[in-house]
Amino acid sequence: MRDETRMLLESVGRLFEDHCTKAVADSAETGTFPHALWQAVSDTGVPLAALPESAGGADAEWSDLCAVLRVAGRHAAPIPLAETMLAAWVASSAGLEVTEKPMTVGPVRGDDRLTLERDGNGWRLSGRASRLPWATDAGRIVLLADTADGAMAVVLDGTAGAELAAGRNMAGEPRDTLSFSGLRVAGDAVARAAAGVDRAALYRRGALARAVLMAGALERALDTAVTYAGERKQFGRPIGKFQAVQQNLAVMAGQVAAAGAAADLGVEALSIDDPAKQEFLIAIAKTRVGDAATLASEIAHQVHGAIGFTKEYSLQLSTRRLWSWRDEFGGDTEWAAKVGTYVCGGGADALWPTLTDG
Amino acid sequence: MMQQAFRFDPVELPPAAKALRREVRAFLDDNHASLGNRRDHDQAFSRKMAERGWIGMTWPKQYGGHERTAFERYVMIEEMLAAGAPVGFHWTADRQSGPNILRYGSDEQKDYFLPRIVRAELSFCIGMSEPDSGSDLAGTRTRAVKVDGGFRINGSKLWTSNAHRADYMILFCKMADAGQDEVDRHAGATQFLVDLKNSPGIEIRPVINLLGEHHFNQLFLTDLFVPDNRLFGEIGNGWRQVSSELAFERSGPDRFLVLFKLLTEMVRVAGPNPDRATASALGRLVAQLATLRRMSLSIAGMLQEGLQPLNEAAVTKDLGTRYEQDLPVMARQLFPAEPELAAVDTYVSMLARATMNAPRLSIQGGTREILRGIIARGLGLR
Repeated sequence: MRDETRMLLESVGRLFEDHCTKAVADSAETGTFPHALWQAVSDTGVPLAALPESAGGADAEWSDLCAVLRVAGRHAAPIPLAETMLAAWVASSAGLEVTEKPMTVGPVRGDDRLTLERDGNGWRLSGRASRLPWATDAGRIVLLADTADGAMAVVLDGTAGAELAAGRNMAGEPRDTLSFSGLRVAGDAVARAAAGVDRAALYRRGALARAVLMAGALERALDTAVTYAGERKQFGRPIGKFQAVQQNLAVMAGQVAAAGAAADLGVEALSIDDPAKQEFLIAIAKTRVGDAATLASEIAHQVHGAIGFTKEYSLQLSTRRLWSWRDEFGGDTEWAAKVGTYVCGGGADALWPTLTDG
Repeated sequence: MMQQAFRFDPVELPPAAKALRREVRAFLDDNHASLGNRRDHDQAFSRKMAERGWIGMTWPKQYGGHERTAFERYVMIEEMLAAGAPVGFHWTADRQSGPNILRYGSDEQKDYFLPRIVRAELSFCIGMSEPDSGSDLAGTRTRAVKVDGGFRINGSKLWTSNAHRADYMILFCKMADAGQDEVDRHAGATQFLVDLKNSPGIEIRPVINLLGEHHFNQLFLTDLFVPDNRLFGEIGNGWRQVSSELAFERSGPDRFLVLFKLLTEMVRVAGPNPDRATASALGRLVAQLATLRRMSLSIAGMLQEGLQPLNEAAVTKDLGTRYEQDLPVMARQLFPAEPELAAVDTYVSMLARATMNAPRLSIQGGTREILRGIIARGLGLR
């Protein structure tokens, strides 16, 4: 890791440590957007860091953004940080202006479709974007829509004009469904996305962002469980002294380590140009991290006993996110099928070269 | 706050490793007839590898080594394992005995053993487990007494793989005067380099495994004399020496590529257009394997830096054996068959092989329970 990346992570870590309190997480779930937290994160320049300097960014690498997301996941930061990074990526690739407001991006579901039709010097937007993360809190919504001659990016200033069905994931994060029936959009809010910035690429990058967030949340859950096992006493000694508990935590630690390694594998795939190969590696990451989330959350709760099942205790901030994120931008079963389809399509004799080449 | 319990830094294979991979694949193509025939212990094959400089790859040139990186060695061994190459003759020596001799051996021992290992002349085995000392290695009962010119050793070793074929064994035992120290259970632990072919006082009896194969042995050591110059490392330092050996033993791709051929066969049986459920089940296995490989490569990177990643090695072996034991379970669910070792259908015979070999994977080289104990210690719980 580069020194500047390390310094960035340390300062972002401190920021989250200060701002991501239990109270902030709780009130975010009941609809109070954590503006102070967002402002502090925004002041670091991290959300738009991957943009070129000419567009207000810092030409940062996506691997650095992912490292920040891992820290955000560790702190269960209740803000659309990944979504803003992705929205900025799509919008700026199309030459559309972005601001420092929280943003979201879509469609995030494979079966949704948006269309744009020309209307004078503007456009009309139709279709549906389901379970758009943080849509009600986003100052800008960046969407990819189909036109008669290819995909375009469109930027909306919020949800005005859309039919909105508010929803939340199991962690209480907003996941809002927006339906458009010919919403009028100005001409300068629509532009062609750069080559390679399309629905499939957004889906891949979104899945990777969730995998990275989960890797961070898993680290926190392990940390919490190990600390608790060292403090909680039963039968006259800390429960972490019992072999049965130790063995469970060892299994959890293995899953957390595997999740971290798999997430890294996915992050590195971003430097691969071949979309199929990139998708294969990101699919491996989303699958493996998703499986780890399932196994590790179960153990984290088992170690905690009843206290871990309460709203008051913080473990649920991590585990409810893990249970939600593993199914967002495609669940692990969907991504595992992509991995399987890829290797089966290549045939048995290509399996080993596929795993080792690159 | 603990940030990450264990370290698995990303690594990138150097260009030399990529070139080597092509070279190894060409070699495997040329030697196709030797692959996957279950005759694992094949000195002629090891000699061919030796001629190419693929034994002792990372060791100093002074001892016949080739001073290549841990990554190059990694690439070479993973290619051999995936192809089912018969690497048994030199495997133990190359993986752990040689590196430990390099670390703890005397100058004379390095000069004698390492060049012979590199040339595939000497084969090694590991003398750790005993009838009453399996996972509890510190409970070893084999005892050495200092005598004029050397040591006299009495005891028994069990589950000693390949002792009937190996030339040397690195023996783990205790000095007789160590007694049964309950405070320091590692006191007096000492290792010796035992010449298995030319020492009176060694009886080797086969222990046939459940597949009907002869890998295990029981050794009876009766007044075995080992000369002073075959004391390995220092008297009383045996525990530390064994521990460093285990990082090599537990982290390599041999901990998750034993049954790779079954996975390959599953992909073959699935065909090019599997249904979604089949694709998904296979995809989960491939995702596990790709992740394990990455973790193992990270460890190779740490070994290259001279670190001793014992916790990371334990994590990787535990996950690796879990994955391999899941392979036949998933295979049966996806592609039911009546497994038979001698079946003509490769999938059917591999399923039999995998089913019967699965239990050993989480026992050899440290049981699942022992590994998880090590991981728990790494987490600060013990």
